[in-house]
Amino acid sequence: MIQHTLRASRRAVSAALRRFSETSGGEITEEDGLERTGSPAEQASLYVHWPYCLRRCSYCNFNKYISREDNDHIMTECIQRETETLLRLSQVSCITSVFFGGGTPSLAHPSTIAAVLQTVSRWARLSDKAEVTLEVNPTPVGKSKLEDYCRAGVNRFSIGVQSLQDEDLKILGRDHSSHQALQTVEEARRLCPGRVSVDVMFGRPKQSVESWENELSELLRVCDDHVSLYQLTLERGTRLFKQVLGGEVTVPAEDVTAEMYRCARRTLQQRGFLQYEVSNFARHKAASHHNTSYWKGRQYIGVGPGAHGRFVPLGEGGVHREARTQTLEPDVWIREVRQRGHGTRRRIQLGHLELLEEVLVMGLRMTDGINHEHWEMFSPHLGLREVFGTSREVQELLQSGQLILDDRGLRCSWDGLVLLDSMLPALLVELERQIGPSLQRDHHTDGSPH
Amino acid sequence: MSFSLATRWCDAPLMRRVLQFKGYRRKIQSCNNMTYTLFRHRWMKRLPVFSSGLKMASTQTDTIDLSKFPVDRIRNFCIIAHIDHGKSTLADRLLEMTGAIVKTQKNKQVLDKLQVERERGITVKAQTASLIYSHQGQQYLLNLIDTPGHVDFSYEVSRSISACQGVLLIVDANQGIQAQTVANFYLAFEAQLAIIPVINKIDLKNADPERVASQIEKVFDIPCNECIRISAKLGTNVEAVLQAVVDRIPPPVASIDDPFKALVFDSNFDHYRGVVANIAVFGGRVRKGDRIVSAYLGKSYEVNELGILRPDEHPTQKLFAGQVGYMVTGMKDVKEAQIGDTLYLKEQPVETLPGFKPAKAMVFAGMFPTDQSDYPGLRSAIERLTLNDSSVTVQRDSSMALGAGWRLGFLGLLHMEVFNQRLEQEYNASVIVTAPTVPYKAVLSSPRLIKEHGSKEITIVNPAQFPDRSVVSEYLEPMVLGTILSPDSYTGKIMSLCLNRRGIQKNMVYIDDKRVMMKYLFPLNEIVVDFYDLLKSLSSGYASFDYENAGYQAADLIKMNILLNGQPVEELITIVHRGRAYSAGKAMCERLQDSIPRQMFEIAVQASIGSKVIARETIKAYRKNVLAKCYGGDITRKMKLLKKQAEGKKKMRLIGNVEVPKDAFINVLKRKDK
Repeated sequence: MIQHTLRASRRAVSAALRRFSETSGGEITEEDGLERTGSPAEQASLYVHWPYCLRRCSYCNFNKYISREDNDHIMTECIQRETETLLRLSQVSCITSVFFGGGTPSLAHPSTIAAVLQTVSRWARLSDKAEVTLEVNPTPVGKSKLEDYCRAGVNRFSIGVQSLQDEDLKILGRDHSSHQALQTVEEARRLCPGRVSVDVMFGRPKQSVESWENELSELLRVCDDHVSLYQLTLERGTRLFKQVLGGEVTVPAEDVTAEMYRCARRTLQQRGFLQYEVSNFARHKAASHHNTSYWKGRQYIGVGPGAHGRFVPLGEGGVHREARTQTLEPDVWIREVRQRGHGTRRRIQLGHLELLEEVLVMGLRMTDGINHEHWEMFSPHLGLREVFGTSREVQELLQSGQLILDDRGLRCSWDGLVLLDSMLPALLVELERQIGPSLQRDHHTDGSPH
Repeated sequence: MSFSLATRWCDAPLMRRVLQFKGYRRKIQSCNNMTYTLFRHRWMKRLPVFSSGLKMASTQTDTIDLSKFPVDRIRNFCIIAHIDHGKSTLADRLLEMTGAIVKTQKNKQVLDKLQVERERGITVKAQTASLIYSHQGQQYLLNLIDTPGHVDFSYEVSRSISACQGVLLIVDANQGIQAQTVANFYLAFEAQLAIIPVINKIDLKNADPERVASQIEKVFDIPCNECIRISAKLGTNVEAVLQAVVDRIPPPVASIDDPFKALVFDSNFDHYRGVVANIAVFGGRVRKGDRIVSAYLGKSYEVNELGILRPDEHPTQKLFAGQVGYMVTGMKDVKEAQIGDTLYLKEQPVETLPGFKPAKAMVFAGMFPTDQSDYPGLRSAIERLTLNDSSVTVQRDSSMALGAGWRLGFLGLLHMEVFNQRLEQEYNASVIVTAPTVPYKAVLSSPRLIKEHGSKEITIVNPAQFPDRSVVSEYLEPMVLGTILSPDSYTGKIMSLCLNRRGIQKNMVYIDDKRVMMKYLFPLNEIVVDFYDLLKSLSSGYASFDYENAGYQAADLIKMNILLNGQPVEELITIVHRGRAYSAGKAMCERLQDSIPRQMFEIAVQASIGSKVIARETIKAYRKNVLAKCYGGDITRKMKLLKKQAEGKKKMRLIGNVEVPKDAFINVLKRKDK
């Protein structure tokens, strides 16, 4: 009965939303509108994973494969098929943003991108103003395809510059030069002015704070309005990990990388780039909508080998959000998609506590943190102050000025953001204490059709 | 030619079954025309009663008539040896040759019943075996009391020795005299026992019995020609050992005409029968049904069962002066069977025998269940183990970090290790054992405190109870006299190790042209943790070490606190010698530094004496702790990690504002892994 009423009201809300999104596309105002209107169950963002790379970067442990043959058309067909299946399963009526990541999605043919976007449009609303991002490897080939990608519907590029030092690019196993990177950025800016992001990495082998500062300054002279800053993390199983373990390569000590991060935050701020998340900086309101929706705990659908998703499978009568993972190996994934329309390998039903945990962990990565309205959408009965206000440890964090809980909501201070992972365990303990544990259900879905 | 017949009665009237016996007869002709014959008896269950006549007949012929062994036909002896020198193998051969056990390939360490004994090749618990042996037409009752080799168990050795008149001192023909050989020799020597040196393993390729014989002459002043050269493994010349036992060891001094008087030299606990006491009869006789009195408690008991051990219990009707055996009297608590107690017949009181000083615990360690829910299980395991090892002292203890547990006192390090191993093997208990400490003493100067404690001198087992310098006239620490034997090429390294451990050299002799024996006086606490391991490693395993307690000496002791950001950590309070405070403090700070994770603020890990900080390590604050990249795909892994940290947080102990994982305490407090 209650269920029924809820569903009905949701439908009413989503109808309003659809109208709303029709008028204002993918702009930030829409995001704010979402928060005010309650559960955005019929909206989601879409992540598409292109699993292939030309070569293996020495630091990368992502799900990627060196393709042996050209199977573009098979991949295209399967991505379309899975997109369709999952869109129907989620009963999402509006896709707010699309992100093509990888792997190296700029190896995909522009027609693949166009085909996928067409499929999306067939099964859900995709405003032509919605953010559609493609990760680009800044090689001459990548650069040459940018224009075609734009015609296919891409309106934002995220360019994996990584470094402006050619020697470092070699150590990292990248297949581009700094010159090529700069040219690619230039071309992308020409095509999508104000909607180009550059990825850059610090904490690289042999890097010093000084060289990093110079490099960053140089980059800021040529980049557009968005910068993503990553610390190189040594991942088990990568070539770089073995090299560092074996003493062939040394990476800067923790204190040095902390200093690099501190310098970068300061420099970026001075140059007008506002930090809006731990690793992301933007000026002229160029923040990425797609990534922001992850951090705000919204629904997303993951398509392609190894992609992750978080959505309610309304299409099969589901009422709880699920954490879903697609099959990792492309060949197996292709077979599964062809057999049953999707390659979902694992589904975990998120209980109330698990959902709030994700909202908390992801939300505090943003400099704006979690505002009261945002929290209330997920936890209508227990506000931020009620959950965290009484804990001694949280009080200590508030008093030391690392955490802020005020009329806006809960967020890290400038200094606190750097230590977020040291604060989260205390917050999670408190959250669990207040909410109580909930059951998490895990189903493996080999062979079970949806 | 002579017979000895024995059987075992089972009186189970309800079962209406009688035990049949089977006799095995074996005849061994030895070169010097000696014969010993033995009958072994097997009783079989499930045989119906055929006739009472048969039953009667068997009763009469089967029982060993112990009255046939007057005092001058009895020899009580034990075997002492360094570890692995072949004590148990020789015991196996002696048992086989006298028919106490059947000769098979499987007889390996028959007397070592515990798993830990077999694994480590050591004897922990004394065992007794009565052997019947014919020599020059006479039958002798030879009581072999198998004793632990290690001096940690010297309480067992000395108890056994008090029931003996002689010892077989076994020395490996290859390794020669080792530290325990020396320690054991002196125990026997001081008890004025006849010592028969036996050089074992002469079959080994590198055996050099002549060199060993001259070592024995040099160190123990026993003429070379008194050494018996054998191979216990092959049985070579073992016969000569038995002859020597008869010829060289005097019979016990005891008279059958005196009133009954017996020494309790060991006890076991049996869940069905209660306490089983091992006794040596020093006068008179005792029989089943007699009423006896324990001199210690003044309580009287009825003798329900008695007999000899061959090595299994073999009930007899009587025991006579000079004999060694077991007795079941219905004592229900091991504490009733006081080791060293004198037993006598009711209404025939005797002068009590000297008895033993109770074994004193010299090494203490905290023992805590790994998981607090295992506490009841561990408690019952400890209770059951201490039933048969009354030398372990048990005190309840609790630690904020490790929960509820015990502080156990052991006679020495090996004793502690053996106890732990038995806990794990026999009771499957998982325990955290803290680093061992020793019992210090303080001589109080304040009259008020003296009155409070009831004595001027107090023993401190728990460092938290260490009295302040201002109320103490002096502190005392336990000392040991250590014996080290080693090839002389390691002398330099060993001497500097000993010096480093506050050892004072008492003596150093060459026992032959290559081997050196050194004696050092050590503070016990300097050798309890890792001394033996270091000695072994710096001598490539060739040096051997043993020690005996050497009383207490005044020492400049101080209490050291460990502070985390200025907050003292109660469970880490340590008593140290002033001269060692810095190194001990530094080591603890370093171990803590390694085991406390970085936090959002800097943590000072300090060792202090009073208000003075003597060592410091710093755990730097995190300058950055946030995952660089976190998008949709990453969060499952990230959440798992964070949840794990959140779970771990609940188990942290908060000291001031510092979160300390339980593991950190364990790393600092536990004994180092080998």
